[in-house]
Amino acid sequence: MAALIRWMPGAFAAPRSAFAEMARLRREMDRLLESGFRERPFAPEAGVFPPLNLSEDDAAVYVRAELPGVSVDDLELYTHDDKLIIKGERRIAAEPGNVNYHRREREAGTFQRILSLPVHVSSEGISAAFTDGVLTIKLAKAPEAKPRKISVTSA
Amino acid sequence: MSEKELQVREKEPLATQAEHTRPGPVFSPPVDIFETDDSITVLADMPGVRPGGVDIDLRDDVLTITGGVEKTASEKERVLLQEYETGRFERKFNVSDRIDQGNITASMSEGVLRLVLPKAEKARPRKIEVRSS
Repeated sequence: MAALIRWMPGAFAAPRSAFAEMARLRREMDRLLESGFRERPFAPEAGVFPPLNLSEDDAAVYVRAELPGVSVDDLELYTHDDKLIIKGERRIAAEPGNVNYHRREREAGTFQRILSLPVHVSSEGISAAFTDGVLTIKLAKAPEAKPRKISVTSA
Repeated sequence: MSEKELQVREKEPLATQAEHTRPGPVFSPPVDIFETDDSITVLADMPGVRPGGVDIDLRDDVLTITGGVEKTASEKERVLLQEYETGRFERKFNVSDRIDQGNITASMSEGVLRLVLPKAEKARPRKIEVRSS
Protein backbone atom coordinates (compact mmCIF):
# COMPACT_ATOMS: atom_id res chain seq x y z
CA MET A 1 0.00 0.00 0.00
CA ALA A 2 1.63 3.23 -1.10
CA ALA A 3 -0.52 5.62 0.90
CA LEU A 4 1.15 7.61 3.65
CA ILE A 5 0.56 6.08 7.01
CA ARG A 6 1.08 8.25 10.02
CA TRP A 7 3.90 6.85 12.05
CA MET A 8 3.00 6.89 15.69
CA PRO A 9 5.75 5.92 18.03
CA GLY A 10 4.69 3.23 20.38
CA ALA A 11 1.65 2.40 18.35
CA PHE A 12 0.49 -1.13 18.75
CA ALA A 13 1.41 -3.21 15.83
CA ALA A 14 2.26 -6.75 15.11
CA PRO A 15 6.04 -7.17 14.97
CA ARG A 16 6.05 -7.77 11.26
CA SER A 17 4.35 -4.51 10.33
CA ALA A 18 6.54 -2.57 12.79
CA PHE A 19 9.61 -3.71 10.94
CA ALA A 20 7.98 -2.87 7.66
CA GLU A 21 7.28 0.58 9.04
CA MET A 22 10.94 1.05 9.98
CA ALA A 23 12.06 -0.16 6.60
CA ARG A 24 9.74 2.27 4.90
CA LEU A 25 11.00 5.11 7.04
CA ARG A 26 14.58 4.22 6.29
CA ARG A 27 13.85 4.21 2.58
CA GLU A 28 12.23 7.63 2.84
CA MET A 29 15.26 9.00 4.69
CA ASP A 30 17.64 7.57 2.10
CA ARG A 31 15.69 9.23 -0.64
CA LEU A 32 15.66 12.52 1.20
CA LEU A 33 19.37 12.44 1.87
CA GLU A 34 20.15 11.57 -1.71
CA SER A 35 18.15 14.37 -3.21
CA GLY A 36 18.57 17.16 -0.69
CA PHE A 37 22.04 16.69 0.65
CA ARG A 38 24.82 17.25 -1.81
CA GLU A 39 28.03 15.52 -0.99
CA ARG A 40 30.01 18.69 -0.77
CA PRO A 41 31.85 18.70 2.51
CA PHE A 42 33.45 22.05 1.87
CA ALA A 43 30.38 24.13 1.02
CA PRO A 44 30.87 27.70 2.21
CA GLU A 45 28.39 28.63 4.88
CA ALA A 46 27.65 32.34 5.07
CA GLY A 47 29.54 32.73 1.85
CA VAL A 48 31.53 35.94 1.65
CA PHE A 49 33.17 36.33 -1.71
CA PRO A 50 35.79 35.16 -2.54
CA PRO A 51 35.93 31.60 -1.21
CA LEU A 52 39.38 30.91 0.18
CA ASN A 53 41.60 27.92 0.62
CA LEU A 54 44.10 28.11 3.44
CA SER A 55 47.02 25.84 4.01
CA GLU A 56 50.27 25.94 5.90
CA ASP A 57 53.65 24.36 6.16
CA ASP A 58 56.28 24.95 8.82
CA ALA A 59 57.42 28.23 7.39
CA ALA A 60 54.34 29.99 6.04
CA VAL A 61 50.59 30.21 5.62
CA TYR A 62 49.19 30.13 2.09
CA VAL A 63 45.91 31.74 1.04
CA ARG A 64 44.43 31.07 -2.37
CA ALA A 65 41.41 32.58 -4.08
CA GLU A 66 39.92 32.25 -7.54
CA LEU A 67 39.31 35.67 -9.06
CA PRO A 68 38.88 35.16 -12.80
CA GLY A 69 38.61 38.30 -14.86
CA VAL A 70 39.80 40.58 -12.06
CA SER A 71 42.52 42.93 -13.12
CA VAL A 72 45.52 43.41 -10.87
CA ASP A 73 44.69 47.12 -10.74
CA ASP A 74 41.32 46.34 -9.19
CA LEU A 75 42.73 44.17 -6.42
CA GLU A 76 43.86 45.41 -3.02
CA LEU A 77 45.52 43.40 -0.27
CA TYR A 78 46.23 44.51 3.26
CA THR A 79 47.37 42.89 6.45
CA HIS A 80 46.65 44.32 9.84
CA ASP A 81 47.09 42.64 13.21
CA ASP A 82 47.15 39.08 11.85
CA LYS A 83 44.14 39.78 9.68
CA LEU A 84 44.26 39.62 5.93
CA ILE A 85 42.00 41.90 3.90
CA ILE A 86 41.23 41.15 0.28
CA LYS A 87 39.14 43.64 -1.60
CA GLY A 88 38.51 44.61 -5.14
CA GLU A 89 36.17 44.66 -8.05
CA ARG A 90 35.44 42.36 -10.92
CA ARG A 91 34.44 44.24 -13.99
CA ILE A 92 32.93 42.88 -17.15
CA ALA A 93 33.70 45.14 -20.07
CA ALA A 94 30.85 46.20 -22.28
CA GLU A 95 31.24 44.65 -25.70
CA PRO A 96 31.45 47.04 -28.62
CA GLY A 97 28.79 47.28 -31.24
CA ASN A 98 25.35 45.87 -31.48
CA VAL A 99 25.30 42.97 -29.07
CA ASN A 100 22.61 40.46 -28.18
CA TYR A 101 23.18 38.32 -25.10
CA HIS A 102 21.94 34.74 -25.16
CA ARG A 103 23.35 33.85 -21.77
CA ARG A 104 24.75 35.80 -18.85
CA GLU A 105 26.03 33.61 -16.08
CA ARG A 106 29.11 35.54 -15.03
CA GLU A 107 28.74 38.26 -12.47
CA ALA A 108 30.50 41.55 -11.92
CA GLY A 109 30.70 43.43 -8.66
CA THR A 110 32.77 44.43 -5.67
CA PHE A 111 34.09 42.18 -2.95
CA GLN A 112 35.78 42.50 0.40
CA ARG A 113 36.84 39.73 2.72
CA ILE A 114 38.58 39.93 6.07
CA LEU A 115 40.27 36.76 7.17
CA SER A 116 41.71 36.19 10.63
CA LEU A 117 44.92 34.27 10.24
CA PRO A 118 45.44 31.29 12.49
CA VAL A 119 49.01 32.21 13.37
CA HIS A 120 51.13 35.29 13.82
CA VAL A 121 52.72 36.32 10.58
CA SER A 122 55.73 38.48 10.05
CA SER A 123 54.93 41.70 8.26
CA GLU A 124 58.01 41.47 6.07
CA GLY A 125 57.53 38.02 4.70
CA ILE A 126 54.36 38.51 2.66
CA SER A 127 54.21 37.99 -1.07
CA ALA A 128 51.32 37.63 -3.46
CA ALA A 129 51.10 36.37 -7.01
CA PHE A 130 48.14 36.54 -9.33
CA THR A 131 48.20 34.33 -12.41
CA ASP A 132 45.43 32.98 -14.61
CA GLY A 133 42.85 34.42 -12.27
CA VAL A 134 44.18 32.66 -9.16
CA LEU A 135 45.56 34.76 -6.31
CA THR A 136 48.15 33.05 -4.11
CA ILE A 137 49.32 34.84 -1.00
CA LYS A 138 52.23 33.54 1.02
CA LEU A 139 52.58 34.85 4.55
CA ALA A 140 55.73 33.86 6.41
CA LYS A 141 55.05 32.85 9.97
CA ALA A 142 56.48 35.04 12.68
CA PRO A 143 59.52 33.43 14.28
CA GLU A 144 57.64 32.57 17.47
CA ALA A 145 54.95 30.83 15.43
CA LYS A 146 57.29 28.44 13.71
CA PRO A 147 57.64 25.06 15.28
CA ARG A 148 60.83 24.91 17.32
CA LYS A 149 62.69 21.74 17.70
CA ILE A 150 63.65 21.09 21.29
CA SER A 151 66.57 18.78 21.76
CA VAL A 152 66.31 16.28 24.53
CA THR A 153 69.39 15.44 26.48
CA SER A 154 69.51 12.25 28.37
CA ALA A 155 70.53 12.86 31.92
CA MET B 1 30.66 51.64 -12.02
CA SER B 2 29.00 48.78 -10.20
CA GLU B 3 28.06 49.00 -6.56
CA LYS B 4 26.84 45.46 -6.43
CA GLU B 5 28.65 43.10 -4.11
CA LEU B 6 29.67 39.77 -5.46
CA GLN B 7 28.04 36.77 -3.85
CA VAL B 8 29.59 33.38 -3.48
CA ARG B 9 28.36 30.89 -6.01
CA GLU B 10 29.46 27.34 -5.66
CA LYS B 11 31.10 25.76 -8.61
CA GLU B 12 28.70 23.85 -10.76
CA PRO B 13 29.73 20.22 -11.08
CA LEU B 14 29.35 18.83 -14.52
CA ALA B 15 26.17 16.83 -14.98
CA THR B 16 26.89 14.32 -17.61
CA GLN B 17 25.70 10.99 -18.86
CA ALA B 18 29.16 9.71 -19.65
CA GLU B 19 31.48 8.70 -16.84
CA HIS B 20 34.81 10.42 -16.54
CA THR B 21 37.84 8.31 -17.18
CA ARG B 22 40.32 10.69 -15.59
CA PRO B 23 40.19 11.17 -11.84
CA GLY B 24 39.22 14.42 -10.21
CA PRO B 25 36.17 16.66 -10.05
CA VAL B 26 34.91 18.34 -13.20
CA PHE B 27 33.08 21.64 -13.14
CA SER B 28 30.97 23.47 -15.65
CA PRO B 29 32.29 27.03 -16.01
CA PRO B 30 29.87 29.97 -16.01
CA VAL B 31 29.62 31.50 -19.47
CA ASP B 32 28.37 34.60 -21.18
CA ILE B 33 27.25 34.13 -24.76
CA PHE B 34 26.46 37.01 -27.01
CA GLU B 35 25.84 37.52 -30.69
CA THR B 36 26.77 40.30 -33.04
CA ASP B 37 26.15 40.63 -36.75
CA ASP B 38 29.33 38.78 -37.56
CA SER B 39 29.90 36.27 -34.84
CA ILE B 40 28.89 34.55 -31.65
CA THR B 41 31.25 34.95 -28.71
CA VAL B 42 31.53 32.70 -25.67
CA LEU B 43 33.26 33.97 -22.54
CA ALA B 44 34.00 31.35 -19.87
CA ASP B 45 35.46 31.82 -16.39
CA MET B 46 38.08 29.14 -15.88
CA PRO B 47 40.46 30.31 -13.14
CA GLY B 48 43.69 28.41 -12.79
CA VAL B 49 43.74 27.33 -16.43
CA ARG B 50 46.75 28.45 -18.41
CA PRO B 51 46.35 29.29 -22.10
CA GLY B 52 48.10 26.03 -22.95
CA GLY B 53 45.69 24.10 -20.76
CA VAL B 54 42.59 24.82 -22.83
CA ASP B 55 41.36 22.24 -25.28
CA ILE B 56 38.69 23.09 -27.81
CA ASP B 57 37.19 20.27 -29.75
CA LEU B 58 34.64 20.57 -32.51
CA ARG B 59 33.08 17.52 -34.08
CA ASP B 60 29.61 16.54 -35.16
CA ASP B 61 28.44 20.10 -34.53
CA VAL B 62 29.29 19.84 -30.83
CA LEU B 63 31.84 22.26 -29.41
CA THR B 64 33.57 20.99 -26.28
CA ILE B 65 35.65 23.34 -24.14
CA THR B 66 37.97 21.70 -21.63
CA GLY B 67 40.31 23.48 -19.24
CA GLY B 68 42.86 21.66 -17.12
CA VAL B 69 44.26 23.04 -13.86
CA GLU B 70 47.52 22.15 -12.23
CA LYS B 71 47.92 21.47 -8.56
CA THR B 72 49.22 24.65 -6.98
CA ALA B 73 49.73 23.46 -3.44
CA SER B 74 52.86 21.49 -2.72
CA GLU B 75 52.60 18.14 -0.99
CA LYS B 76 54.05 19.46 2.23
CA GLU B 77 51.20 21.86 2.83
CA ARG B 78 48.54 21.03 5.37
CA VAL B 79 45.01 22.19 4.63
CA LEU B 80 43.53 24.56 7.22
CA LEU B 81 40.42 25.70 5.41
CA GLN B 82 38.96 24.68 2.09
CA GLU B 83 36.06 26.73 0.81
CA TYR B 84 36.30 25.77 -2.81
CA GLU B 85 37.35 22.76 -4.79
CA THR B 86 39.67 22.79 -7.72
CA GLY B 87 39.20 20.62 -10.73
CA ARG B 88 39.09 20.79 -14.44
CA PHE B 89 36.39 22.53 -16.41
CA GLU B 90 34.25 21.23 -19.21
CA ARG B 91 31.25 22.44 -21.13
CA LYS B 92 29.66 21.47 -24.40
CA PHE B 93 27.65 23.52 -26.86
CA ASN B 94 25.70 22.70 -29.95
CA VAL B 95 27.09 24.58 -32.90
CA SER B 96 24.88 24.89 -35.92
CA ASP B 97 25.95 25.23 -39.51
CA ARG B 98 25.41 28.95 -39.14
CA ILE B 99 28.96 28.99 -37.82
CA ASP B 100 32.03 29.08 -40.02
CA GLN B 101 33.56 26.18 -38.15
CA GLY B 102 36.97 26.50 -39.73
CA ASN B 103 37.61 30.00 -38.40
CA ILE B 104 36.88 29.75 -34.71
CA THR B 105 39.43 31.65 -32.60
CA ALA B 106 40.17 31.40 -28.90
CA SER B 107 42.18 33.44 -26.44
CA MET B 108 42.74 33.08 -22.73
CA SER B 109 43.65 35.74 -20.22
CA GLU B 110 43.31 36.11 -16.42
CA GLY B 111 41.46 32.83 -16.29
CA VAL B 112 38.81 33.91 -18.79
CA LEU B 113 38.44 32.19 -22.15
CA ARG B 114 37.13 34.17 -25.10
CA LEU B 115 35.93 32.04 -27.96
CA VAL B 116 34.79 33.76 -31.13
CA LEU B 117 32.69 31.77 -33.58
CA PRO B 118 32.29 33.69 -36.83
CA LYS B 119 29.02 33.29 -38.60
CA ALA B 120 29.01 31.67 -41.98
CA GLU B 121 28.52 34.08 -44.84
CA LYS B 122 24.96 33.05 -45.48
CA ALA B 123 24.03 33.71 -41.86
CA ARG B 124 25.24 37.29 -41.72
CA PRO B 125 22.61 39.95 -42.12
CA ARG B 126 23.16 41.47 -45.48
CA LYS B 127 22.18 44.91 -46.50
CA ILE B 128 20.67 44.94 -49.94
CA GLU B 129 20.98 48.10 -51.84
CA VAL B 130 18.04 49.29 -53.80
CA ARG B 131 18.98 51.16 -56.86
CA SER B 132 16.63 53.27 -58.79
CA SER B 133 16.59 52.12 -62.39
